[in-house]
Amino acid sequence: MPEAVTENRDFIAWFADVGIGDRPTVGGKGGSLGELTQAGIAVPPGFVVTTHAFERFLEALEARAPVRSRLQGLDASDLEAVRALSGELRTRVEEEPLPPEVESAIIGAHGELCGADATPVAVRSSATTEDAEDASFAGMQDTFLWVLGAEDMTARVRECWGSLYSVESITYRLKHGLPEDGVAMAVVVQQMVDARCAGVMFTRSPTTGDKSVIAIEGAWGLGSAVVSGEVTPDRWVIGKITGEISVRDISDKHAQQIPAKGGGIVEVELPQELRQSPCLSDEELQALREVGRRIERHYGRPQDIEWAVDKSGEILLLQSRPETVWSAKDSAPVKPPETDPLKHVMSIFGGRR
Amino acid sequence: MSEQKGFPLPSSLQVVPGTEAAQAAYPYYTQFHEGDDERFWFYNSMHFPEPMHHFDMVTAEAAYCALGSFNTRVHVLPTTKGIDHRIINGRVYIGGVPVTDPGEIEARMEEFQKRAFYYYENWEDLYAQWKDKMKALIAEAQALPKPELPELEPIETTHTGKGVAANHALIDTYRKQLEGYFRMWHHHFEFLLLGYGAYLTFFDFCKKAFPEISDQAISRMVAGMEAEIFRPDEELKRLARRAVELGVDDKFHDGMNIDDVLAALDQLGDHGREWLSELDKSRNPWFNVNVGDGFYHYHRSWNDDLSMPFAALPGYIEKIKAGVDIERPTEKLVEEREQLVADYRDLLDSEEDKATYDQLIGLAHRVFPYVEGHKFYCEHWYTNLFFNKIREFGALLAEHGFWEKEEDVFHLTHYELESAIVDLMLSWSSGTPPIGPMRWPAIVAERRAAIEKWAEHTVPPALGAVPDVIDDPAIVMLWGITRESLDAWLSDGESDENELKGFAACSGVVEGTARVIKSVTETDRIETGDILVCQVTNPTWSPLFQKISAAVSDIGGSMSHMAIVAREYGLPAVVGTGSATQKIKDGQRIRVDGGRGVVTILDEQRVLEDA
Repeated sequence: MPEAVTENRDFIAWFADVGIGDRPTVGGKGGSLGELTQAGIAVPPGFVVTTHAFERFLEALEARAPVRSRLQGLDASDLEAVRALSGELRTRVEEEPLPPEVESAIIGAHGELCGADATPVAVRSSATTEDAEDASFAGMQDTFLWVLGAEDMTARVRECWGSLYSVESITYRLKHGLPEDGVAMAVVVQQMVDARCAGVMFTRSPTTGDKSVIAIEGAWGLGSAVVSGEVTPDRWVIGKITGEISVRDISDKHAQQIPAKGGGIVEVELPQELRQSPCLSDEELQALREVGRRIERHYGRPQDIEWAVDKSGEILLLQSRPETVWSAKDSAPVKPPETDPLKHVMSIFGGRR
Repeated sequence: MSEQKGFPLPSSLQVVPGTEAAQAAYPYYTQFHEGDDERFWFYNSMHFPEPMHHFDMVTAEAAYCALGSFNTRVHVLPTTKGIDHRIINGRVYIGGVPVTDPGEIEARMEEFQKRAFYYYENWEDLYAQWKDKMKALIAEAQALPKPELPELEPIETTHTGKGVAANHALIDTYRKQLEGYFRMWHHHFEFLLLGYGAYLTFFDFCKKAFPEISDQAISRMVAGMEAEIFRPDEELKRLARRAVELGVDDKFHDGMNIDDVLAALDQLGDHGREWLSELDKSRNPWFNVNVGDGFYHYHRSWNDDLSMPFAALPGYIEKIKAGVDIERPTEKLVEEREQLVADYRDLLDSEEDKATYDQLIGLAHRVFPYVEGHKFYCEHWYTNLFFNKIREFGALLAEHGFWEKEEDVFHLTHYELESAIVDLMLSWSSGTPPIGPMRWPAIVAERRAAIEKWAEHTVPPALGAVPDVIDDPAIVMLWGITRESLDAWLSDGESDENELKGFAACSGVVEGTARVIKSVTETDRIETGDILVCQVTNPTWSPLFQKISAAVSDIGGSMSHMAIVAREYGLPAVVGTGSATQKIKDGQRIRVDGGRGVVTILDEQRVLEDA
């Protein structure tokens, strides 16, 4: 158990003050955004509601009625029982009063981030365990977009916490024998970009694993359309070092996701003239490539990045995590060196290509 | 492939009616014969894109005599021997001779390592020696006398006891010139395959380590910076600069008459004459670049026709006066190349791969100056001397009534030309008229007509059964032909008519007006911002790159002249499209995507949008 923490500031950590090493308290997403901010990459400002905040809340919940002990006694195969307890605990997390020191810390940080006007924020869960990065650990990757006002924001933070007690999460922990004591979650609250276009970027080829290219996918509006697969994005492949654009697949982007009145997002049809126009200019592609290279250099390994371009044309980074598919199969050397370098030409002349 | 698509058999090809005699006049060993149906042949449109004049066939013959010798018997390439060539309807088909018996490959492998490795190990010394050999060969050709027949032998012949009359000099000069030309090709292939091989080894490694790397990125990592290929254009920049410094720049303008300009400069006093002496320095040797690739007599050199280099001068002068830096930033280019090499190296995963990469790029950099530099000495400088010497014979024989113009000489094979020379020698000797004037004019007319007919007649890109794999390193290296390119040829016609594919030579996307330039004499039609569409470029064309916005060629690979110069100028370019000059109409709007190697004709699309 981490030491008991009572000071308010520890319930909140600003991006500029954290790095990837703070993962145990700010989660992977929060740590990465902090790391990027510290590296001078343009990231929309924000803070992390740390695991201390969750733990303090959990203490308060436990004081009223047990939580963890009831979970540990469950039988994973008894789906009815899991479902019933999940519903009960999620309701408690979402509805029972927050400890005042936690609530004021979160609302205070939100006020500092958003000022008097209701700047929209994104609220995203930021899991603290390696396992949680695995998509199979379902229910822990909640993202709420275009959240307006402190009250709504706080409710979304609680929803993120509540997802720890989703049926899938509980079952997963039971099946893998993960102790309830280690369960915690951080939540990222970040100013939201009204994106002109957004998407993802891989700093190696998703198809061949080639590290000398960067693949960029993007579509009009918010990046959620691309991430969720609602819209077929434009796709480019760019030489990481040379900047040559070797693939330009401009797709028919029938719709875009944009902020909804009163919060949240809505999908709207795109005007005909935008549907088949590329959502990024060549200059923007090159600028993205530069950012991609910087982040990759910073981490020392290929990255899987989410980006957005705001209405003024500024590129902002929303997330970066290590690429996992090809890194897992990094393979044998292409060709071992020869004692006599000339022997290499035999691969051409010796018919052994 | 399940459905066995193939190319026509050589025996099924028809000689274009009315050209039978012209076809039969090519040497017997270049005619398709029995047994050729069993082999695979492809049309060498890269070197011989147009029907060949009978004399010009010597360029194929001499080249393949030398290429094969070095592959088969000098360096002893393990898996391949030489190249056979055949000619039909004026077109040159070639076929490789792979070695397939494992025992023979093994034996040749041992020989190859003894021989080729010696070259790699001593590359710099042998290349220095090569340049000396080439310069000596060029000097020999330059020293050959102009063929002339005086009415009477000069008195000195008697007084010096020379003992040889002037007609003997004709056969002597002709044979020496022909011998020198064949020798030049041996020098040409002394290093070429080994150089390409070392380059390709690095190329293959890069393609394996970085499956999506572009050919052009690899080329840029290897490219030499001091290559002779850039020198003619550099000389033009120098002359433009000197013109401004000497205050004679107002003499150069678009559409100028070269003779008038030269005369005006001569009369201008010291400054004018100083510029003319600078011109002479540049001309010898750097204006010995011909406007083709050295395989056609009618691709003349800058020295033969100053209009091409002079056309570039006003543009350069204007830029210099406007304060634009037109110097080639060699140091910066070297720095960029080194950075590129280092950046790709950083992406390699293991120390082992980095060590291999260092070995391969090291070897490629050592051999590359030859790969880039040899053409100036062989295909340009020496070849110009050679064809111009033949022209002198053409003029002499025309004077004696063998035909009308000096250029007509190129309708004879080199054997026939020797017979005509002997005919003239006999006539001068006996004091009777030569027989040739009764024989050659009709033949010349017949062959001229045949070439015109052949030019209208398209030929299959390949003949015979398609091999499963093409791993003949000579074919892959020199022609870039692979199983994939054969499949593309076979499926030709099924693809989009408005789209042409070629090698991605330099990335970037540009839309603009196509200027289809069939000969270098048309280059004055090019306006700033046009897209150059032509068969092939060479150093002669370099100055044009200051005006155009993109470039497209029928012929060439990623190491061709157009590709190299386009990368220098940062212009989008697609090379080796095969048919751009036929499919694209002058003035059409086209899009060049140099990164993907695709050219799109846009005019049809515009019609649709209007509708």
